[in-house]
Amino acid sequence: MNWLLVAVGGMVGAPLRYLTDRAVQARHGSVFPWGTFTVNVVGCLVLGTLTGAASAGPELRLLLGTGLCGALTTYSTFSYETLRLAETGAGLYAFANVAGSLVAGLGAAFGGFWIGQTFWS
Amino acid sequence: MTAPTAQRTREGQVPVVAAVALGGTLGSLARYAAGLAWPARTGGFPWTTFAVNVVGCAVIGVLLVLVTEILTVHRLVRPFLGTGVLGGFTTFSTYTVDIRKLLGDGHPATAFAYLAGTLCAALAAVWLAANATRRLHGTYAGRSAEPGETGHEG
Repeated sequence: MNWLLVAVGGMVGAPLRYLTDRAVQARHGSVFPWGTFTVNVVGCLVLGTLTGAASAGPELRLLLGTGLCGALTTYSTFSYETLRLAETGAGLYAFANVAGSLVAGLGAAFGGFWIGQTFWS
Repeated sequence: MTAPTAQRTREGQVPVVAAVALGGTLGSLARYAAGLAWPARTGGFPWTTFAVNVVGCAVIGVLLVLVTEILTVHRLVRPFLGTGVLGGFTTFSTYTVDIRKLLGDGHPATAFAYLAGTLCAALAAVWLAANATRRLHGTYAGRSAEPGETGHEG
């Protein structure tokens, strides 16, 4: 059952990342990878909320946390896009991607945790 | 005139989205299995997520150099392996949420070591893997392009 919950979450999270990335990337002309940035920050907010919500049961954590948020967010694409920016001479964007993703991702993790504690405890 | 094109584009997306979904499922299950095999110690350095993310970054460095610069592959290979399997395997949300937890539980040194360690190792992994792949291919392509042989890609 636990494996099924993770599988279902991953099956939804990965295409959600792909489609969000496409939709976001189609709406700006910058080389900055806003698509991956968006899914990573949103995933941090949702997982942060889930960890703060004491009332969330283990099944919900596997489905939404390990499965959905785990697959929605990505470290591999984040690293690869940072490398591509650095290699193509957009070093400032590469740095901004790293710093921005860390600051916004951690901020979302903290903010989500607070939301979870405040509203679902 | 644009409607049929848009519809064709959408229809063309169905196998891509399915490939991403299948890959994402497999990647997520592999990450879950790694977490079960090597459970993280409360308050300790999250070695399993660290290893998952660094390995995923090394593999994507090899994969994307192969499929974008060296090989001509089926159009579903990149969505399945890159966006799906590796995207589902690696995680940014568990990374930041574990840092928050380490800080909240009073382990700031571990939190900072994990934050900086993952970032440095992941970026080094993708960079080394991508360049090693290019270098190996260059050596191979250089040899096969010697006189008397037909140099062709792939």
